[in-house]
Amino acid sequence: MIGLSHFLIISAALFCLGLLAVFTRKNAVNVLMGVELILNSANLNLIAFSKYSAAKIDGQVFAAFVIVVAAAEVAVALAIILTMYRIIKSVNLDRADTLKG
Amino acid sequence: MENNLLVPIVFYFFAAITIGSAMIVVFARNLIHSAFALLFTFGGVAALYAFIGADFLAATQMVIYVGGILVLLLFGVMLTHKLYDLNLKAETYQVGPGTAAVLVVFALLVTFMLRTRWFSGGRGGDDPTTAAIGELFMQDYILPFEVASILLLIALIGAAMIVRRRPE
Repeated sequence: MIGLSHFLIISAALFCLGLLAVFTRKNAVNVLMGVELILNSANLNLIAFSKYSAAKIDGQVFAAFVIVVAAAEVAVALAIILTMYRIIKSVNLDRADTLKG
Repeated sequence: MENNLLVPIVFYFFAAITIGSAMIVVFARNLIHSAFALLFTFGGVAALYAFIGADFLAATQMVIYVGGILVLLLFGVMLTHKLYDLNLKAETYQVGPGTAAVLVVFALLVTFMLRTRWFSGGRGGDDPTTAAIGELFMQDYILPFEVASILLLIALIGAAMIVRRRPE
């Protein structure tokens, strides 16, 4: 039978893959993809707990709010990345070191 | 229904799609391949939502993530690379330490998830959730709902302001 722990382990794997993308990728768009994976894993956790616990449907409402915030986040992040590309002609995160002392 | 053999097969099928395509997202050398693998990850997660009975969120996931966020990410790839540059190589760094740290995090997470005795109130029903979520939005969560709408408006205006060409 498929239980809560199955979903938790899938969500942990998604989270770790997203974390790996954030850690090891130099391309800003690729890092953003990793952040999306992390947000999806959090949503999967929220929905799994709302299903397999005594709580009611509130976890799904929380997941809907997470989706809204993710949409806002990706819009602003892509605007920043496009501006960065226009200024330094690259989306390599190592090149964004203008503020470095 | 719980003893049906089909249920675990469907679950593991979509779980394999989700994790496998997420691995392609992270390990692909080509940025376009990553973006298209993300399509299958989002679709797999939506299928898991539907599997667990969250039908409204499965539809929302398909519409917002696949229809909106993925298209935005593809725009981001296209606009920040030369279109005819066929080898959009994804550079990596810190691969060794990053992988080690992530493996430790994963081991810790799985250990604690399996060891913790989660409170179990039994499995919720399989009723359609859309009406219940709508009532919660309009009753208990009316303030966060309005704040979220203002947040979306601010993000829309802010993103347009950031990418605007300044006349100088």
